[in-house]
Amino acid sequence: MIDLRLKIFKKASFCRHFENQVYKNVENKNIKFPVYLSAGQEYIPASIYSILEKNNIEPNVFPQHRGHSHYLSVGADPIELIDELLGRKTGCSNGMGGSASIQSKKKNIFGHDGLMGSQAPIAVGHCYHTHKPTIVVLGDASAEEDYVLGAMGWASTKKLPILFIVEDNNLSILTEKKVRRNWEMDDVAKAFKMKGHNIDDNPLSIIDVLNDYNFEEPMLLNINTTRKYWHSGAGQDGNYFDRYEDEMKSLGEEAIKIDLENKQIVEKLWQKQLEIQ
Amino acid sequence: MAKTVRDTIKDITKNHLKNNIGKCYGQCLTAVGWVGGTLPEMYEDEGMVELSMADVAGGAIVTGAALAGDRPIYVVRYQGFQWYNAATIVNYAAKSKEIWGRTCPVLVRSIAMEGAVGPVAGSSHHSLVHRMPGIKVIAPMTPNEYKHAYDCYMNDDVPYYISEHRKSYDNTEELSNIINDKADFTIFPISITRFEMKKLVELAVKEGIVLNVIHQLWIKPFDIPLVWKQSLNDSTYGGLVTDDDFVEGTASSIANELSLATGKKVYTLGLEERVAGFHPDVDSLPPTAEKIMNKLKQIKHG
Repeated sequence: MIDLRLKIFKKASFCRHFENQVYKNVENKNIKFPVYLSAGQEYIPASIYSILEKNNIEPNVFPQHRGHSHYLSVGADPIELIDELLGRKTGCSNGMGGSASIQSKKKNIFGHDGLMGSQAPIAVGHCYHTHKPTIVVLGDASAEEDYVLGAMGWASTKKLPILFIVEDNNLSILTEKKVRRNWEMDDVAKAFKMKGHNIDDNPLSIIDVLNDYNFEEPMLLNINTTRKYWHSGAGQDGNYFDRYEDEMKSLGEEAIKIDLENKQIVEKLWQKQLEIQ
Repeated sequence: MAKTVRDTIKDITKNHLKNNIGKCYGQCLTAVGWVGGTLPEMYEDEGMVELSMADVAGGAIVTGAALAGDRPIYVVRYQGFQWYNAATIVNYAAKSKEIWGRTCPVLVRSIAMEGAVGPVAGSSHHSLVHRMPGIKVIAPMTPNEYKHAYDCYMNDDVPYYISEHRKSYDNTEELSNIINDKADFTIFPISITRFEMKKLVELAVKEGIVLNVIHQLWIKPFDIPLVWKQSLNDSTYGGLVTDDDFVEGTASSIANELSLATGKKVYTLGLEERVAGFHPDVDSLPPTAEKIMNKLKQIKHG
């Protein structure tokens, strides 16, 4: 278990330092459009893809905005993501996708069009045709879209091998969930006759529900988390719980060493790309 | 016996499914009428996929299938339902190639009809998608035209919006252009208004008006052959685009293109700017030959 937790931390650490660099480059205006930072939520993708790697599952992935950590945790090319954020044709979405519409053909990550939640029915249709393990990532706000619910119902009816991940940071921009609805997504999943869990973003919680999941049927995980930065751009959110630091302390010396290494690796990657004119 | 548009669509779909070229998706496909008899009696294990009644999700599910390599035919039984169904077709399938370099071809069968179907379901709505980049729009009304539309889709890698009309399903005849050396008007009819042209020409002869008729198949992309330009240039009073949709869209766009290409005035006539009710007294139908003739006389007499 400790090996898996360290593997998860390694991915999370890379994502955290990557997002810190994005933050820095938004502040100093090297990045010239809105970005959606996933710092604070990185244990979700880091845990999911570490578990799937261990189980030799290579899913098709359909993220939306705030998807940098999914992209990086699947193992897609960080240089192409940097280039994308700098608006270059060498970027992962040919310089067209910005922060919100990133993809990786090599790692089967599919871009998002900007209609919140559209990735859910698109992923369901893709999964219906391929019957391959598929992951669709939603926020607690986009999960409310009517077409997400329609797609979940159809995925359940067709018993598709699809995992719905709801990264529930309790905020739609800054509007809290309790203002918007009185129901939870795991209850919706159960109403659609699929497995549903409501957990926190502690890697141990994610391991507990995902370790034995083999994509033989659809499932939804509503994972409660906190967003470190603003909805868009560089700024700090309130009510932030730093699980990153918490887990690093819990894992001890080796995690601290990984953290330092990743910080240096990511800084060098950014520095090198920024030097290219 | 000559093949109808209905049988042409049915045969194309049957071949598409039987040869595993792609699946056919939609709502209530396997109901009693099999979408006006345009579908072969096949089921899900043969590629005829019943979607749920969630319209917006349905269009996106088909988009996802196309993204995965399917060559889907997506049947939307009333064009007015495209206000829900087309959202992901035009915002994802049509843009995917340009943004991500991933092709996402969907053939959308968008079916129009009129008469007692109320404020949403009636008429054509191709103007809705016409303005969006990355999608092609075609309105076949004859067997050969439908086959041409399908062949183009199969040789292309972008979504196609096929603006169908139920009243064309019994048609077996091809519709030919009429071009005179010197005419009063050139008419550019779209969709079901094309079937009014035979009667319109008869009415025009009685009124001493000479008409050119150039049938419109492709809506987007819209190219103007030289012979069309000549025909319009040789028409004393200019041109008229007739449509089964509101004029502030496809008809106006085409009229503008024709006008820019020739310098001639090109008028439009489509659905009236009002809501269609269900009862015949309050329904809103596409322009008839008589109505088109009245418009021509108004233009002629200033």
